[in-house]
Amino acid sequence: MIIKLWINDQEITKEIDGDAILLDFLRDHDCYSVKRGCVTSNCGLCTVIIDDKPVLSCSTLVARADKKHIYTLEGLQEEAREFGECLADQGAEQCGFCSPGLVMTVLAMVKELKNPSDNEINEYLSGNLCRCSGYMGQLRGIKDYLQKKGGAGK
Amino acid sequence: MRAVNQAVRKKDAMLLVTGQPVYTQDLAPKDCLIVKILRSPYAHALIKEINTEPATKLPGIECVLTYKDVPDQRFTLAGQTFPEPSPYDRLILDQRVRFVGDAVAIVAGENEQTVDKALKRIKVKYEVLEPLLDFRTARDHKVLIHPEANWKSLCDVGADNTRNLCASNEEKNGDVDEVLGSCEWVIEQTYHTKANQQTTMETFRSYTYRDQAGKLTCVTSTQIPFHVKRILSNALALPESEIRVVKPRIGGGFGAKQTAVTEMYPALVTQKTGKPALLVYSRRESLIASAPRHENEITVRIGADKNGIIRAIDMVTLSNTGAYGEHGPTTVGLSGHKSIPLYGKVEAFRFKYDVVYTNVMSSGAYRGYGATQGTFALESAVNELAEKMKLDPVRIREINMVKEGAVMPAYYGETLNSCALDRCMAKAKEMIGWQEKYPGIELNNGKVRSIGVAMAMQGSSIANVDTAAVFIKVNDQGHYDMKIGATDMGTGCDTILAQIAADCLNCSVEQISVSGVDTDVSPYDSGSYASSTTYLTGTAVVNTCETLVEMIRKKGADQMGCPIEDVEFDGDRVHRVSGNESITLRALANVQDQDADLSATESYCSPVSPPPFAVGMAEVEIDTETGAIDLIDYVAVLDCGTPINKSLVRVQAEGGIAQGIGMALYEDIVYSREGRNLSNSLMQYKIPTRLDVGRIRVDFASSYEPTGPFGAKSIGEVVINTPSPAIANAVYNGVHVHVRELPITAEKIYNGMKQHKNKSN
Ligand code: FES
Ligand code: FES
Repeated sequence: MIIKLWINDQEITKEIDGDAILLDFLRDHDCYSVKRGCVTSNCGLCTVIIDDKPVLSCSTLVARADKKHIYTLEGLQEEAREFGECLADQGAEQCGFCSPGLVMTVLAMVKELKNPSDNEINEYLSGNLCRCSGYMGQLRGIKDYLQKKGGAGK
Repeated sequence: MRAVNQAVRKKDAMLLVTGQPVYTQDLAPKDCLIVKILRSPYAHALIKEINTEPATKLPGIECVLTYKDVPDQRFTLAGQTFPEPSPYDRLILDQRVRFVGDAVAIVAGENEQTVDKALKRIKVKYEVLEPLLDFRTARDHKVLIHPEANWKSLCDVGADNTRNLCASNEEKNGDVDEVLGSCEWVIEQTYHTKANQQTTMETFRSYTYRDQAGKLTCVTSTQIPFHVKRILSNALALPESEIRVVKPRIGGGFGAKQTAVTEMYPALVTQKTGKPALLVYSRRESLIASAPRHENEITVRIGADKNGIIRAIDMVTLSNTGAYGEHGPTTVGLSGHKSIPLYGKVEAFRFKYDVVYTNVMSSGAYRGYGATQGTFALESAVNELAEKMKLDPVRIREINMVKEGAVMPAYYGETLNSCALDRCMAKAKEMIGWQEKYPGIELNNGKVRSIGVAMAMQGSSIANVDTAAVFIKVNDQGHYDMKIGATDMGTGCDTILAQIAADCLNCSVEQISVSGVDTDVSPYDSGSYASSTTYLTGTAVVNTCETLVEMIRKKGADQMGCPIEDVEFDGDRVHRVSGNESITLRALANVQDQDADLSATESYCSPVSPPPFAVGMAEVEIDTETGAIDLIDYVAVLDCGTPINKSLVRVQAEGGIAQGIGMALYEDIVYSREGRNLSNSLMQYKIPTRLDVGRIRVDFASSYEPTGPFGAKSIGEVVINTPSPAIANAVYNGVHVHVRELPITAEKIYNGMKQHKNKSN
């Protein structure tokens, strides 16, 4: 089938297999920030943003993204740096393999939640696994970022 | 301008948080052959026939390799210094398969779909053999896992393949039976820790190609590039001089990547075809055919006098290494060596162990490396002793813990130069409110809230074995290039070592540029494991800087025509003490003469392995109806000597504790009766999410280790050891149930409470 979609505002029209997975499609289009950590939708490493919502690209067919605008970290470098600096100041990006998925989900979260509490943050991000950090440093970084953006965490 | 003991941002931080392509798979050429493995459906079998033709014939398939295509010389995948204590017991592919998931054939082709198709077309006829699945019966069992004649053990570790023994030993000091016989209080219990997956977010992966010089080059997610070079040389029967190993950024290690799990498969493909080849393990493969923690069953006897002084410890560890012996002989040692010495008043100890082969996935190295298992057993037993004596579990530790200056017979006879365990305990008590909260309270919602304690130690590098070299050169801009062979696996060692160098050279961290590891250009380092990097490679950095500063001073003095005693180097210039003359480093670097090159290299191997210490305290809430347990608060106070990087050391601690919490409460590798691994996805093998870890609070009570760089010891491993015993203790203090087998599940707590009720009825 032929689809048309936008990756980081770049239009792509392409013939694809009906069962092609978005994650592979994105990596094939040089979006190497998109990682795979599982096959059971548990890890969140593959998170991208479609229609302002975080979406697991590992369990999304490319066909489902037809006519949509997809954003990966490659297209959100400025925002990534802004939040990333807060993470880095905590040393919370350890191996960094979970960082792209986390950053994407946090960027979606700040649009969706106003003044989230610690609990709300943890709930929102519960699908983003991290094996290195123990999550505490990530939470500190996220709260710093929210504070900097003016929507201070409670 | 001090960099040590500051929270310096990691050098690679912004690359990582902006998602740059810096990991193995991101770097692989796009035209790489895709490599996959056909795996055994049986726990124990012999391949009688294998027909690869229907697979080979598929268009797009490059090669299908079987046991007939590999060298018949055995080796180990364990990343250890030669001669490795782990037995040489495997081939790349073997006619005998030893666990469900063991490799049967390697397929390489131009894309994934074709390779998947080819895998299905390989026809294998197996002679199915009786599997040996219970490690308690493995020693001297009639089923032998490694009957082959070319199995070999390089070190004297008590291994014997005709008895299914990967290692066996007994150590003692004094007469443990006699001392136990004269103790007022004796406790004897058996504890069972399970195999655990390191579960790095980046699964195992490697790619290989021939570089411009024709070298077989392996880019791989590894902690041990130099050992991988030797391992590939052994596996492929290729001289080491023809192999090159490169480590890019890696997505987590935790010991998993101290075993060369994937490298040999694409390497064999490249060796046979000359083409680049990439193997990326799926999460499933990473969970069924990797190198998890050794399952241990540990029996502990402790004796104390009437005042609670612990006088004797007897420990017997049975360790399950599975199908192959990676890290088997060494992990088991730590179960005793890094738990028994916590108790400083012991008059006699005995430590005895067997490591056995079985038909489950082979084990490997996981953060803590045996100490974690031993700590769960010994700390739980000490808690049971305290209960029996009606002593506060904190109190029994306060009166028995090892103190600075002690000689530790169970720790290779080393003297303890630095130890703040007492201050760790005092601070942890205060942080969690032990006095007010111990043992626990009943809440009015059918729950109890209770607390528990444990302490732990580890080492800092393997004494007299681990070696680290560092090379630093002044470049013509007056900045420094530092080459290290230690592998940053996300822990931040590139930055930490640069901080150390910056303080030694009196410059900023930015002025030190650090390269990743390439065995062709990096100086030798045994690798990032055994809590060695900060301590060992850090000392090599200090030594290298000292030599380099001498060279800089000498060259400066020569230029100014004065004796070296008359000059000082302030990081920027060499200046005369007796006059105003000076010369900048940059100018010096550009002076062309015979000894133009300002560079130095030094290496270090430590005669001691100073232990870091930890105290952990857990607060849990338990539903007295269902046994459901929630971790509310976890407090850890650590003595890692001087923390070199304040934020990285904290996150290391928090991360290790979270893994320890996973081990304590959730993680379990479950096998079917036929030996099939049922914990083969993140759905079944549950690592903690951010909703599962409660609150983790970390603080430090630092001692100063005289043999370490700027007083530092290690941090990476010790942190994982306390959660299991501390949480088990909190469970007991809440509902009087002893859970002696991990993980501590609601079901086990519920059953324990039910037994209580039945008894009291
Ligand atoms: S790859 Fe794990 S959730 Fe998508
Ligand atoms: S930083 Fe390594 S998994 Fe999150």
